[in-house]
Amino acid sequence: MTDFLNAIVLLTNFVIVPATAYGAQLALGALGVTLIFGILRFANFAHGELMSFGTMITILVTWFLQSAGIGLGPLPTALLALPVGIVVAALLALATDRAVYRFYRTRRSDPIIVAIVSVGVMFVMAGLIRFIIGPNDQSFADGTRFLITAGDFKRATGLGEGLALKQTQVVTVVIAIAVVAALFWFLQKTRAGKAMRAYSDNEDLALLSGINPDRVVMIAWVIAAALATIGGVLYGLDKSFKPFIFMQLLLPVFAAAIVGGIGQPVGAILGGFVVAFSEVTITYAYKKFITYLVPESWAPDGLMQFLSTDYKFAVSFIILVAVLLIRPTGIVRGKVI
Amino acid sequence: MTRRGYLYFGLMALLLLGVGFGQSWNVALGIFNLCLISAIMSLGVNMQWGYAGLFNVGVMGFTALGGLTAVLVAMPPVAEAWQAGGKGVGLTLLCLAATVAAVLLVRRFVAAHWRFWVTLVVLLVGLVLMRDLFGPAVERIESVDPAYTGYLGGLGLPIVFSWVVGGFVAAGAAWLIGKIALGLRADYLAIATLGISEIIIAIIKYEEWLSRGVKNVTGMPRPVPYEVDLMKIGWVERLADSFGADVSDAASVLVKLSYALLFLVVLVIVMWFSERALHSPWGRMMRAIRDNRDAASAMGKDVTWRHLQVFVLGCAVCGIAGAMLTTLDGQLTPTAYIPLRFTFLVWVMVIIGGSGNNWGSVLGGFLIWFLWVEAEPLGNWLMQAITHGMEDGYWLKEHLIASAAYMRLIMMGAILLLVMRFYPRGLIPER
Repeated sequence: MTDFLNAIVLLTNFVIVPATAYGAQLALGALGVTLIFGILRFANFAHGELMSFGTMITILVTWFLQSAGIGLGPLPTALLALPVGIVVAALLALATDRAVYRFYRTRRSDPIIVAIVSVGVMFVMAGLIRFIIGPNDQSFADGTRFLITAGDFKRATGLGEGLALKQTQVVTVVIAIAVVAALFWFLQKTRAGKAMRAYSDNEDLALLSGINPDRVVMIAWVIAAALATIGGVLYGLDKSFKPFIFMQLLLPVFAAAIVGGIGQPVGAILGGFVVAFSEVTITYAYKKFITYLVPESWAPDGLMQFLSTDYKFAVSFIILVAVLLIRPTGIVRGKVI
Repeated sequence: MTRRGYLYFGLMALLLLGVGFGQSWNVALGIFNLCLISAIMSLGVNMQWGYAGLFNVGVMGFTALGGLTAVLVAMPPVAEAWQAGGKGVGLTLLCLAATVAAVLLVRRFVAAHWRFWVTLVVLLVGLVLMRDLFGPAVERIESVDPAYTGYLGGLGLPIVFSWVVGGFVAAGAAWLIGKIALGLRADYLAIATLGISEIIIAIIKYEEWLSRGVKNVTGMPRPVPYEVDLMKIGWVERLADSFGADVSDAASVLVKLSYALLFLVVLVIVMWFSERALHSPWGRMMRAIRDNRDAASAMGKDVTWRHLQVFVLGCAVCGIAGAMLTTLDGQLTPTAYIPLRFTFLVWVMVIIGGSGNNWGSVLGGFLIWFLWVEAEPLGNWLMQAITHGMEDGYWLKEHLIASAAYMRLIMMGAILLLVMRFYPRGLIPER
């Protein structure tokens, strides 16, 4: 029995908890991508860099607050700096829309042209970020590191395996739930949210019923920038901030959006967790887990790992390919947004 | 080509000649060789974007596949490694083929109700078998003299042969990915190619038994003589004397000239086929599909199949260029494959040159590569000039100078945005 409990705790500690936090971060990114897909109808390749940009601003403000001695006690100071990051990222998103995307929107250009343009935006933003904060690793997490440490858990339960719960993981999940709840309330209940859904469903009908397209687009950018910044900051708190990681994050984020169904907020969240859980479960080495469960003589020699962690982004690609082959519309289909 | 086109090519030649006279002929020919390869790459991307309107974000991956092929074709085989792990790797490949065949059979003959689970079981059994065969074999191969080899090596064939094979390998990968992603939303191809290129790079980086990974493969065989050998030949010395130049300079110029000749032959062949294709009924059909998919489809054209065709062709050309690039470098460096240089630079070349026009792509390849090379000293100089008034050791000055490298990112992005907005037809527009 103890062995069974140990195995469960081991799996929870190394698979379920990290994958949940990672899934929440991916879901926030995928929500932004899906929103832009739904309203502006193009694949925004610059979304990863928007996440990176918002996070960078938050980090800079966090450093300022830390040096001024302002903090949140056990919580990370970055939460205090987050609103500033969101505002600046939203301003940047609106500025790029005004300077770049609006031209193509008014001309009703082919979405693929706008996608190429978004690649240009991605490069300018990537250059800007490296120009301001440099290409290196930045750590900005503070506050209590662990809510439960592995040692405490072992002492309390008497098990051989510990379950550690990092503060950043709890913060990630709590904030993600709050943000998603707020987003759904906004989309379902408010006038502006309903206008957005109508616009995404049928642009021409929405225009005929007097919805202001510029306002809808503006709100979409602000929400996308907010989600991107929150997702990026939570990712940065949980792991660490590296500018180049955000281009690699683009693939899982897109995969999550497509798996869930493009333009579907519920799908984006579902997709985020599908991608995160597959990535972690497939790259986890099950040797110890199996050793607990089977008689001693059956214990495996190898690591019992399906795929080395070097290929973890291949997992999101495989999921993407499987979805494109089996169900190109994604898990949640039906009405858009 | 129009008169304006000739003018642009003339100006480009003057720029290269200017570098030749101003800096040195070695530098000029070095730039020229890479210009030729860039021109071939942008011809490949032009087929996809210019003829058919397909957005391929994975040019880097197909180029890298070409580079890997160059290693696998041209490097001498490592006999010891083959002995140690050749059998294991061979059995793994057999096992892979058997698994694929079994899955295909299952999907054909097993009742729909059970199909998914049987497929899953077959896949799992195949994976476990493959891992047991593959892991130890890889370990043995990688422990064979790891400082020098530690991989299986290649076939030891002439490296020029790998240019053709590289094209076929890239075409195979393109066929797979195109089969999956084409026929769906246009953006899906972009995202799928982004993924496949990252995976190809990861394979080259981490599968050391195949490509030596980040230990790099160096000292690849060359299709042209070595400088040292040339220097010993009488007529080279006399030639150098008659120009009043150093013998080693003359030899290195000669080597670069012979590379240039080889590349030029490939460029001319690819260009000839591209032009013929573009002005044939096939080319007109492609452009008709690009301009109005639905209308072309209504006229009975199989849009998805034609897209697959042109996508595979374009990727094959990129693969050829990749193999040529590795040949020119004489080494395979997986870490050198970054999207900015191998995907987006090529995109900028195509769009600036004039998408849909082969001559435009060639011009774009030349011009943008030239600017890319010359922009680095320019960026450094600019930063030095800006920070000139600041004191040495001042944090802003050091930060700005260290950041000069990232100006390239901003510059390429800005060029792409400006051209797309104000000059979407490019320097030599499509007729």
